[in-house]
Amino acid sequence: MYDAPSTTKEAVVTDVKIQANDVQVYYADNHAIKDVSVAIQDKTVTAFIGPSGCGKSTFLRCLNRMNDTIDICRVHGKIEIDGEDIYDKRVDPVQLRAKVGMVFQKPNPFPKSIYDNIAYGPRIHGMARNKAELDEIVERALRRGAIWDEVKDRLNAPGTGLSGGQQQRLCIARAVATEPEVLLMDEPCSALDPIATAQVEELIDELRQNYAVVIVTHSMQQAARVSQRTAFFHLGHLVEYDDTSKIFTNPEDSRTESYITGRIG
Amino acid sequence: MPLFWLFLIVLAIAAGAYLLARSRVLSMAGDDRRALHSLPSYYGSNAAMKSAVPALLLLVAWLLAQPFIVDNAVSSLIPDAAIADNSSRALVMAEVRRTADGLDMAVASGGLTEALARSEGLDLDVATSSLQEAGAIVTSQLTEPVLAAAQQFRALNTIGARWMSVAVIIVALIGATWGIREASPAFRARNTVERGVRALLIAAASIAILTTLGIVLSLVFNTIEFFRLYPASEFFFGLSWAPSFSGRGGASDLGILPLLWGTFYISIVALLVAVPVGLFAAIYLSEYASPKVRAIAKPLLEVLAGIPTIVYGLFALLTVGPLLVRVFGDDGLGWMQAGTAVMTAGLVMGIMLIPFVSSLSDDIINAVPQAMRDGSYGLGATQSETIRQVVLPAALPGIVGAILLAASRAIGETMIVVLGAGAAARLSLNPFEAMTTVTAKIVSQLTGDADFASPEALVAFALGMTLFVITLGLNIFALYIVRKYREQYE
Repeated sequence: MYDAPSTTKEAVVTDVKIQANDVQVYYADNHAIKDVSVAIQDKTVTAFIGPSGCGKSTFLRCLNRMNDTIDICRVHGKIEIDGEDIYDKRVDPVQLRAKVGMVFQKPNPFPKSIYDNIAYGPRIHGMARNKAELDEIVERALRRGAIWDEVKDRLNAPGTGLSGGQQQRLCIARAVATEPEVLLMDEPCSALDPIATAQVEELIDELRQNYAVVIVTHSMQQAARVSQRTAFFHLGHLVEYDDTSKIFTNPEDSRTESYITGRIG
Repeated sequence: MPLFWLFLIVLAIAAGAYLLARSRVLSMAGDDRRALHSLPSYYGSNAAMKSAVPALLLLVAWLLAQPFIVDNAVSSLIPDAAIADNSSRALVMAEVRRTADGLDMAVASGGLTEALARSEGLDLDVATSSLQEAGAIVTSQLTEPVLAAAQQFRALNTIGARWMSVAVIIVALIGATWGIREASPAFRARNTVERGVRALLIAAASIAILTTLGIVLSLVFNTIEFFRLYPASEFFFGLSWAPSFSGRGGASDLGILPLLWGTFYISIVALLVAVPVGLFAAIYLSEYASPKVRAIAKPLLEVLAGIPTIVYGLFALLTVGPLLVRVFGDDGLGWMQAGTAVMTAGLVMGIMLIPFVSSLSDDIINAVPQAMRDGSYGLGATQSETIRQVVLPAALPGIVGAILLAASRAIGETMIVVLGAGAAARLSLNPFEAMTTVTAKIVSQLTGDADFASPEALVAFALGMTLFVITLGLNIFALYIVRKYREQYE
């Protein structure tokens, strides 16, 4: 039914990048995330799967405090990145988000040129001393986003004029441009066609060299293809978290098995 | 028969047709509405529509055409000899119409009997005195041709009205019969009514467009008339505005430039106030304010748009003007002579325009997709960075459109200027001097007792035309920009 997880992509045991302990999230009175504890490893693709409304996107948005922009949302518990509590009062969420990049479900390039889209983050954070350095950052980001060859001749064209798949890779390049340490992806392929999806998946696999990547996906095949670790969420609980190959071949929890075989969802 | 009654009769026929068609089709279907193509009410509506619409259209057409036909017929009765040297046929016809109205009034008040008013033997003196007793405004002594023509005028109108009633009722009855006969279960009444509704909507839309056309045409003809009396080059390029009211053909300077300068100067001051304040208010309301604050503040801000401009004018005259004089007048900085000045009118007009700018900009900023903001926050941008670099550029074309719409409103504004800016047409750079605008001068040129055929009065139409062209151009430009912006997202 789904691709067999390739054995070459077995998780290499590395450092823990993000450590979440007993995280609870409430939307007003709605308890959306319950007691989630998870350790996300560096230089690994971690997939969050689960039925709609299970809280996987909400939990993802806790990792860079995007939930702060929603008034009624409250987060309890402890989330540490490299051992630092990101919900500590001394942490500036704006700085945090530069360190933890995010790619969204629908490609959302700014209505600016391709160049300005990429240069947006570096400019805000003052990462370049001069134009030449900025050019270099933009080129590097576009190359990492695997889109440089397609757009190098039209960097001044509007980013909104690209195709859906190109736009999403542009958004990934834009997130990469601020030199994040973690890359969060919220269903990055759900608005793309199969070819663009394949390109983005290939890109995700390359990004693993440099970043900890966390991806939320509805497609179990995609989770199996791109990730080394998989977390299964159900009704706000983290049901099972293990190597992707184990989750898809030999899950411990019966709910996980029901979900991946299509019996609940 | 009075028009109102005729109208009611047509409606009654239509109502009858509705009921008859409805019951006929129901009885044909054996009281089983499932056998009908459409709901029974559609058959009724079809019959009512077919009886009322053609009849009412005929009524309107007749009312429009009858005065022309009667005027032509009566006008040919008046011999050329009856028209005095210093008069014209049109003036005599006006007198005929007044006399005819006078006869109606005399009959109504009992001064004359209907038979006597119609009879050829009506004595001129008796007619004159009874008309005056009835309070009609006529010349001191009626002449024979005028009285005869007036009697003919009345007779023709009476006949016309009678035939109109007959024709309208017959058309209504024919339509009703047609609609009722059509009512059979297989007839697609629903589709016919749908077509009727569409025609109604098209008619409503065309009325708005035709009215615009009519306004433009009336402006154009009077403007052409003005340029026949006054050279266009002096109007468009003349540097002074000094109309003379005393004499006909006296030397008037009717240059539009001082007025246009005043208009633009005041509008620019107004926009300098309205754009930053309105835009910042819009940004606060759409991006920073909590839903509770927004729910209260937005309607409050929009109350400003509901204040009549004459009230703003009073505010300018009584509050803002004196306040400015205290600061910039002879006791203060000494730049300002009186309360009425470009600054006074501009500031108050700016306040008036704030809700226009803020309300439109607020809608446009809200229309920027949340995904844009998320993308920016996700890259570590602060709220104001996001607004400055992502939201505003995305909304900019729409905001420019809003500003242009506000500008065209500022240019067309009248009451604030009349009360706040003074009446002196002047080319000056000092914003504390009195100036005047195109609109204010249109008011003053048409509210005197100037002869309507003189260039001093007709210039108002040329001014109006110029203003119309400018604001139309601004509006088209604004719409063009707003439309271009919409394409960017989809």
